[in-house]
Amino acid sequence: MTKVTMTVNGKAASGDVEGRTLLVQFLRENLRLTGTHVGCDTSQCGACVVHVNGKAVKACTMLAAEADGAEVVTIEGMAGADGSLNTIQQAFQDHHGLQCGFCTPGMVMSAAALLSENPKPTETEVREYLEGNICRCTGYHNIVKAIMAASGQDVGVIAAE
Amino acid sequence: MPKDHGIGASPKRREDVRFLTGAGNYTDDINIYGQAYVHFLRSDVAHGKINSVDTSAAEGMPGVVRIFTGADFEGVGGLPCGWQVTDRHGEPMQEPAHPVLAQGKVRHVGDPIAAVVADTPEQARDAAEAIEVDIEELPAVVDMKAALQDGAPKVHDDLKNNLCYDWGFVEENKAAVEEAFGKAAHVTTLELVNNRLIANPMEPRVAVGDYSRATDESTLYTTSQNPHVIRLLMGAFVLGIPEHKLRVVAPDVGGGFGTKIFHYAEEAFCTFAARQLARPVKWTASRSEAFMSDAHGRDHVTKIELALDADNNFTALRTETYANMGAYLSTFAPSVPTWLHGTLMAGNYKTPLIYVNVKAVFTNTVPVDAYRGAGRPEATYQLERVIDKAARELGVDPVELRRQNFVTEFPYATPVAVEYDTGDYNATMDKLLEMIDREGFDARAEESKKRGKLRGLGVNCYIEACGIAPSNLVGQLGARAGLYESATVRVNATGSISVMTGSHSHGQGHETAFPQVIAEMLGIDESMVDIVHGDTANTPMGMGTYGSRSLAVGGSAMVRATEKIINKAKKIAAHLLEASEADIELKDGAFSVAGTDKSVAWGDVTLAAYVPHNYPLEEIEPGLEETAFYDPSNFTYPAGAYACEVELDPDTGRVTIERFAAADDFGNVVNPMIVTGQVHGGLAQGIGQALLEGAAYDENGQLLTGSYMDYAMPRAEDVPFFQVDHSCQTPCTHNPLGVKGCGEAGAIGSPPAVVNAVVDALQRAGKDVTHIDMPLSPSRVWAAMNG
Repeated sequence: MTKVTMTVNGKAASGDVEGRTLLVQFLRENLRLTGTHVGCDTSQCGACVVHVNGKAVKACTMLAAEADGAEVVTIEGMAGADGSLNTIQQAFQDHHGLQCGFCTPGMVMSAAALLSENPKPTETEVREYLEGNICRCTGYHNIVKAIMAASGQDVGVIAAE
Repeated sequence: MPKDHGIGASPKRREDVRFLTGAGNYTDDINIYGQAYVHFLRSDVAHGKINSVDTSAAEGMPGVVRIFTGADFEGVGGLPCGWQVTDRHGEPMQEPAHPVLAQGKVRHVGDPIAAVVADTPEQARDAAEAIEVDIEELPAVVDMKAALQDGAPKVHDDLKNNLCYDWGFVEENKAAVEEAFGKAAHVTTLELVNNRLIANPMEPRVAVGDYSRATDESTLYTTSQNPHVIRLLMGAFVLGIPEHKLRVVAPDVGGGFGTKIFHYAEEAFCTFAARQLARPVKWTASRSEAFMSDAHGRDHVTKIELALDADNNFTALRTETYANMGAYLSTFAPSVPTWLHGTLMAGNYKTPLIYVNVKAVFTNTVPVDAYRGAGRPEATYQLERVIDKAARELGVDPVELRRQNFVTEFPYATPVAVEYDTGDYNATMDKLLEMIDREGFDARAEESKKRGKLRGLGVNCYIEACGIAPSNLVGQLGARAGLYESATVRVNATGSISVMTGSHSHGQGHETAFPQVIAEMLGIDESMVDIVHGDTANTPMGMGTYGSRSLAVGGSAMVRATEKIINKAKKIAAHLLEASEADIELKDGAFSVAGTDKSVAWGDVTLAAYVPHNYPLEEIEPGLEETAFYDPSNFTYPAGAYACEVELDPDTGRVTIERFAAADDFGNVVNPMIVTGQVHGGLAQGIGQALLEGAAYDENGQLLTGSYMDYAMPRAEDVPFFQVDHSCQTPCTHNPLGVKGCGEAGAIGSPPAVVNAVVDALQRAGKDVTHIDMPLSPSRVWAAMNG
């Protein structure tokens, strides 16, 4: 077992892990941060996306030990201290960008990473960026719309949700 | 001005906040103190005789609690099938045993052979690798027609052959249909494949079994669309646990699409093992396991023939379908190619004579069962494709050929045993044409051509039977269950309301939409109403959510229970107001005496019900809680018209969806935002089927598409923004809300639109291509163009 220490959502977190323990397992099982989901085993679906040192990372594809010393942000760290939804989360609710909610944490984390890189993405840029996030419920329509709305763009011209 | 509350409004979904903040409670988020973990050792061959399973080395591995094999389940029931189909000759279908863990033989890749329970998931997995299994591999049957040949290897040695049933519908019409074909002026024939799909809800299946020695009660937490159905099937048929000692909980469930209807071996195993070990047992599927253990969908091979008279009226329809059942009968598998498929073959058209033949076949593949639409997409696809082909052969406009044959008078009894209550197929077609700018197509095609691309437009209709289902009818058809729904409306003393429903929400937004109905009926704020679902311990017996039934059947039960509440509340109000009950009106959350200014508020009445100091105790009981069970008298029949415009790259065969429009008639709509979202999701799944998805097996029964690296899920780049309309509304006449259901429409109506559009693009380019089987991958399209 190896001891790992990292900052998760602004708080120090540590635990003993096996060498093979994935970051997502550490978050879900050791820290009980179950908002980060596991939807596949081939790094395709993106339900497990978190931010590690400011970059979007699939937490199923990184060992917990690799995140030793890192700053990690999960979906639980996205809302305001008073529980209020942030701009992206609010846009997902306003535009019905989620149904079953399982892919949603990864979508929100990917969207946040996209908007930090590209504050006003086009529809095509949003769709390309979401290549690594699969949603089975929404047909992506309202997810793309929500992300564009969160970037401050007028989405009124897009067919009504 | 859109409404801001009640029926017809689109309030933001209340469930979203927990999902958006990581506070959802999915089954894998549930951990019980002291739980052990199970790993299933699954067959890596499609067909084989199990000579031995040696667990001795594995048993000594670290953390191993116990290893179970098929022998441990010899005294335990198998997984039951919930529907018995009777064949053309009046004989029951062949129904093989389906053990929880394989006994004697393995029959598909993924068939569970042994289960290792250990202290950690890693220890369970490590120990499973140390089990020595001696399997004598047998020849596998994968192709359905080969499976029916004399001398083909038998999937089940104790059955006569691999034919589950040979079903004819309506058998009595067979001769008349043949006669009509003999007289036809034109016959169009099409052979096609409805490709095998894997539902792939984003949440893999999970089961956690728990057992209390104190009360002798078992609890199963599971990723199910219908916890009561699992309780009934598992309790009564597999493990012999009576309902009052068995609780099934399906908390937040991350999508279902049909594949989480069924009772699975892993659920029974975890419940069984928890009792055996007096310890909680948890299983979480990997996605790889999901691919080889979740029931698959579709997988039909069909020949369809359409007969027309000299005026292009449809005179008869005849189909022959081979339907893959896989290696075992999944819970509702036999009903899908029969009663959910044959009964829809009339489509939106007044074809007077129809004969459907379905041969259901066992193969060494994962069991096949209902997937979004279930039988109705298969019916719609073949019918709408053959009509398109007929229009081309006859040189007529495919839209006009459809219009000419539309059912226009309702109610309409089809020749395939169902009666459409309402509809207006011309209205949805008119709306569709308004949406798609058909007149502008030529200019768009010209613009595509300048870039070296081909453009095509496909249009089709669909109808489906939803609001499943009248129990007495489905009972006659072989269902081994009733298909009513239930609701308990509990009004609390201060006026807030909890609705306990047998419906289950796994993305459909019931927690938001159901309160809209109650709020509309009572004139109170939606925030006063909460929906409770997913736990057999605190909801009345219900049949769950599938077949676009929740609002039509579950919502109707809720309406009936609320009507009882209103009746009782009026009696209380009449007493408080010293008026006649007949004079009491309920409006905007207050009870008043008609024609006077005397009134009492909702909260006054509810408080009186629980603090009955001034109360008509001699007439009615205290309290305000009512339950209703609603059994529909007919199916509902959502219908509509869809159009797809594609661009095709002739150099690569790649097809892109440029525009997609859906004009649906769902009857009345409670929450337009949610309904539109349901259509979006269905469209993406249908487009996925048409262009991308397909479960593939090799000739040895190896699943070639066993992960997201190989099975092409639709991604954001594969779909456009959709145009969706549901303003054409012919309300259902036989349920109190006038609703028809919207969950499956998108997946049913969209595949033929895509394929019709691709064929249109190729025909416009002068290619003699009349059909390409789905998925229309670049290689298939390119090969068809250059073949």
